[in-house]
Amino acid sequence: MADQEVLERVASDPRYVPLVRERTRFAWTLSAVVVGLFMAFILVIALDKALLATPVGGLVATWGIPVGLGLILLAIASIALFTRRANRRWDPVMAAILSDAVAKDAAK
Amino acid sequence: MNRLYFGLTALFVLIATPALADALTGQTQQQPLNWIAIAMFAAFATLTIFITRWAARRTRTASDFYTAGGGISGFQNGLAIAGDFMSAASFLGISAQIYTDGYDGLIYSIGFLMGWPIISFLIAEKLRNLGRFTFADVASFRFAQGPVRSFAAISTLLIVAFYLIAQMVGAGQLIKLLFGLPYPVAVVLVGVLMIIYVLVGGMTATTWIQICKAVMLLAGASFIALSVLWQFGFSLDALFARAVEVKTSLALDKGMAPAEAAAKGAAIMGPGSFIKDPISAVSFGLALLLGTAGLPHILMRFFTVPDAKEARKSVLWATTWIGYFYILTFVIGFGAIVMVATDGRYQDGAGALLGGVNMAAIHLSHAVGGDLFLGFISAVAFATILAVVAGLTLSGASAVSHDLYASVWKHGTATSADELRVSRITTLTLGVVAVLLGILFEKQNVAFMVSLAFALAASGNVPALILSLYWKDCTGRGVMVGGLLGLLSAFILTLLSPTVWTTTFGLGDAPFPYSSPAIISVPLGFIGIWLVSLLDRSANAAEERARFRDQQIQSETGIGAFAASDH
Repeated sequence: MADQEVLERVASDPRYVPLVRERTRFAWTLSAVVVGLFMAFILVIALDKALLATPVGGLVATWGIPVGLGLILLAIASIALFTRRANRRWDPVMAAILSDAVAKDAAK
Repeated sequence: MNRLYFGLTALFVLIATPALADALTGQTQQQPLNWIAIAMFAAFATLTIFITRWAARRTRTASDFYTAGGGISGFQNGLAIAGDFMSAASFLGISAQIYTDGYDGLIYSIGFLMGWPIISFLIAEKLRNLGRFTFADVASFRFAQGPVRSFAAISTLLIVAFYLIAQMVGAGQLIKLLFGLPYPVAVVLVGVLMIIYVLVGGMTATTWIQICKAVMLLAGASFIALSVLWQFGFSLDALFARAVEVKTSLALDKGMAPAEAAAKGAAIMGPGSFIKDPISAVSFGLALLLGTAGLPHILMRFFTVPDAKEARKSVLWATTWIGYFYILTFVIGFGAIVMVATDGRYQDGAGALLGGVNMAAIHLSHAVGGDLFLGFISAVAFATILAVVAGLTLSGASAVSHDLYASVWKHGTATSADELRVSRITTLTLGVVAVLLGILFEKQNVAFMVSLAFALAASGNVPALILSLYWKDCTGRGVMVGGLLGLLSAFILTLLSPTVWTTTFGLGDAPFPYSSPAIISVPLGFIGIWLVSLLDRSANAAEERARFRDQQIQSETGIGAFAASDH
């Protein structure tokens, strides 16, 4: 199967392993950050309700509002960061690895 | 009565479901026929029938049926996912929660959103690269097909069944309330429309109906939120200040002492009774984070895009729309406090909201936009139910036809036409069963069914997906045994939890103290798969482990991924 040969060539490409390692590490790190922040948020609420009920400066709004809305924005921003990095940094390298692997396949 | 458990029940009902906590737990009063709402909904239904007719011409193969031929763009799919996920309940239920308790409603919203980054970073792209129609394609990629597919099909059907029942009952109650139609009429109407969409138009129709609904819901909610903010010169703090004032004066009216009333008013700005102890908090957090990532009808949406890059974009768009929507809902909830709680038109004599607390956003839509806009929002709520049940049915049908019939029964030799025929028969069957169960469960408290569906997804599907994707030594036997262990423990612990044991069945003190089983059942799922895989010394297991390398390369590169079909 041609796919299998392409696959072997991709695997032996020197760029492949570092790319996957970087991408995987980034994905798990970012997951840990998002999960950690969310868990910290609900644990803070579970342990000390008054903390997030403290008003911000002279406003009626409490610290809970910017923290809460901030988490919503964080969820979006973290995905945007991941998508941007994938589009700009990883996709071109992967495309190059793949096209080289396919080109060798065609040349054979 | 334990408000935490009640809150958690309500919470789960709100997620991705139009079945409202109140509409589910209590009987709603049938309202007089609302002609404007009915006319608006008729217009929407007509539009969807045209979409379905158009989609029918593009639905020839099994691939068209399950994945719209894989030709949906990332942007479109993002909207469709948002349409699948933002329900009438997120809209009505969360705004009602904020209307009642203030800040606690925001905690719900945040919980709903946090599963999406996980899907984005760890699941979406690999799912698209390895799978074709169902998440079982991915979970069984390098394993013996029978056991893993059977587990995945059982899991999908259970999740879909509990979800659908909750949807149908919620739909009947909501429509009775908003449109003044009798309960059985509403349930049959939902069932018939859903069957037509899925049977005739498959995933193409379902996708575009979800997109239409998402656009309508976002537009409607934006209008309400902007109208509210406009009244306060676009100052959130002025809105908050007025809301605290209103809550304080309502408390005074109830005869509270001034200091107590002031504290009650200010309480809406901080966390309330929703999250109590750390263990419950973690359990609830886990269920939310992982539940979304294991819902089969959500995962299925990633097969409708051409490649991993578009799958990635889908999640970004979906999360953006859903996050924006939750911010709108937050404003709407506070808007309802200042504009609905103070308006006698929306109260019964005793100071409760007409039609129940879930009507807060509906009344607010009337307050800002009059009868016509009220009709529009009611129609949007109905449209939302249809979009969600259509997605669920399609997912259930794919589990039966693709996983059970084509892969387990026919060992992959079924033709596309055969598979298509089986999925259509399944769709019809699921639709009829859903209507019958919806009518059967009319007077039952089914609120726990959605939380159960989430717990099942988090405890069975997610461990199966994560370990089969990322752990070399994982085996098919491990996935099946561990996955079933996760499902079973989530199921049993939910039955033993206060929500079901005490609230639903009235059996007294619950044997299991936490309302979400996730803190036990999710680790059980993971450990079960890990342990059974580790002990699996069969020759088959060795082959499955040896195939990991190729699977990993394919999941990273998209080599051999199923391409979009031509149209």
